[in-house]
Amino acid sequence: MTVSPEVPDIAALVEDDRVAGTLYTGPELFELEMDRIFHRTWVWVAHESEIAKAGDFKTAWVGRRPVIVSRDRRGGINVLLNRCRHRGASVCDVPKGNGNGFTCPYHAWSYALDGTLRGIPYPEGYENVTEKKDLPLQRLKVGTYAGMIFASFNDEIEPLEDFLGGARLWIDRFMKQGAGFPIKVQGEHKFRFQGNWKIQLENTTDWYHFPIVHRSWMSSVDAETASMLSIMTDESAVTHALGNGHSVSVSVAEHVDLDVDDGSEKLQDRFSHVIEELSKDLPPERVRRIVRSLHGAGFNLNLFPNVAMSMSFFRVLRPISVAETEIRHVALGLDGGPEIVNRERLRIHEHFQGPFGFGSPDDAEAWNRVQRGVTGGADMPILVNRGLGREKPNDLGQPTSHATDETGMREAYAMWKRMMTDVK
Amino acid sequence: MSSDVLSTTVGGVLSTAVVDAELPLDDPRALAALSLIWREARLLDAKRYEEWDTLWAEGGEYVVPIDPETTDFAGSLNLMYDNDRMRRMRIERLTGGLSISATAAARTVRSVSRFTVAARDESEDSIEICSAQVVVGYKRGETFVLAADLTHRIAFAGDGPRIVRKIVRLINSEDAVTASGFLL
Ligand code: FES
Ligand SMILES: [Fe+2]
Repeated sequence: MTVSPEVPDIAALVEDDRVAGTLYTGPELFELEMDRIFHRTWVWVAHESEIAKAGDFKTAWVGRRPVIVSRDRRGGINVLLNRCRHRGASVCDVPKGNGNGFTCPYHAWSYALDGTLRGIPYPEGYENVTEKKDLPLQRLKVGTYAGMIFASFNDEIEPLEDFLGGARLWIDRFMKQGAGFPIKVQGEHKFRFQGNWKIQLENTTDWYHFPIVHRSWMSSVDAETASMLSIMTDESAVTHALGNGHSVSVSVAEHVDLDVDDGSEKLQDRFSHVIEELSKDLPPERVRRIVRSLHGAGFNLNLFPNVAMSMSFFRVLRPISVAETEIRHVALGLDGGPEIVNRERLRIHEHFQGPFGFGSPDDAEAWNRVQRGVTGGADMPILVNRGLGREKPNDLGQPTSHATDETGMREAYAMWKRMMTDVK
Repeated sequence: MSSDVLSTTVGGVLSTAVVDAELPLDDPRALAALSLIWREARLLDAKRYEEWDTLWAEGGEYVVPIDPETTDFAGSLNLMYDNDRMRRMRIERLTGGLSISATAAARTVRSVSRFTVAARDESEDSIEICSAQVVVGYKRGETFVLAADLTHRIAFAGDGPRIVRKIVRLINSEDAVTASGFLL
């Protein structure tokens, strides 16, 4: 593939400490990102709990291409392009459901849960012209890790485990908020903002904005919750670059590994009704383990390019156009866990997330402003240099800095540059 | 009251199901409820949230669900699910000057119409009214529309009509809903 003439020298757009403003505004760059990043790497499409039973399916997106994620009768997970092999109609039009397969509404070609073409009505016209076995729905490559389902259009892609690399440890830690129960999806908030997808990509490991943008949320929660997030002055709040564009930013160091408990932490008063209810059936250690996990893990993990595991929820981004992005905040609960705990988690999620939450609208306002402002100074760079002078490798050799530093963004842009300039 | 009014009272609990019923214009309680709903719309457009709060009964429940069918709000994820405490914190957020999205909130003009009485309980100290709400909003050069079915349960105990429950079912609740810094 050759770079078309309108596209500037891509490598020059990303430096270690800054990126070009056109990264948010160039429509031709956006097209290249879809080809070279979203249609080539591993993209998160679902959590296994969303398609728990045989016949379950949900629709999702890989870049701008619509897909179906399904669980077949043998328990296998399939990711299929939502496009009929006959004349191109979408074969599934509902966000989720359970069924035996997909029948195209146009001429009723029917496909199995794994995409196999099962039936063509009035097949006479196809004698000696078409073989059903040659026309399954296009299947994507599928990889799963710790219940997270990723898909790729790239058959040559590296194994998912290699791609996740240094992030795997943190995914495992994130799942510990189940306190022994598996994690399940409990619903999601969906909203859009008028801005480029990378503005959101940067945000998940940006603790620098938190006490500023989320002042209104901070003033609405109890002092214990607010002080739990006293990141600005907390030395143990660090960010690591994990490789391949991934990064993690610790907000509550004592909740990094929820299995580790030195007993010094007092359980929050706001959960006293939960503690009381759980204590009827469970021993104190068990109650403590569950309640300590109510706010989720003590960090935000950003997986390049489209999913983050943020404290107690998944944050999924979908690029719509160069200046529009859809965000889903997926609420998590304990599969088979106490109902009062799952309800409490729903209420915590509603309090911050979504278009009417006390947090998300302020984020969205800030992101919209970035897009508006950046358009005004096309030749001015976006700075991602905060903390560059205090960044040092940790024991694993991962660049590490304070949680309010821009180490995560530098990692993401290094990966962006690598993928965008790799044109083989 | 006239016997043609549909009552869906079961064991004293009003159903939230939307039923076709006329608006009984001869019922002063229905009319009082309507003026309250109209007044509410005006206060919300004017962002007079403190005053709006006085329309609520103590213990009032304010819900914007995501699942269009659900009546189990506590067991589902909602866009909003407020009790008194959350509603008052929300007002504080919208008026306190700490939220950048509230400060830059869209201006709105809403109409509420297509009223029907969905239910009245036997003692007639509350009435449930369904209506359609169309909100036109404007923010930064863009005009947009949000449409919702509303259900108000209005109680008459004490010193006049008060909202004890308001359910806002957005027609696009399951799709992307864009944050705009105002209330529905
Ligand atoms: S387009 Fe699907 S059957 Fe014809
Ligand atoms: Fe934020």
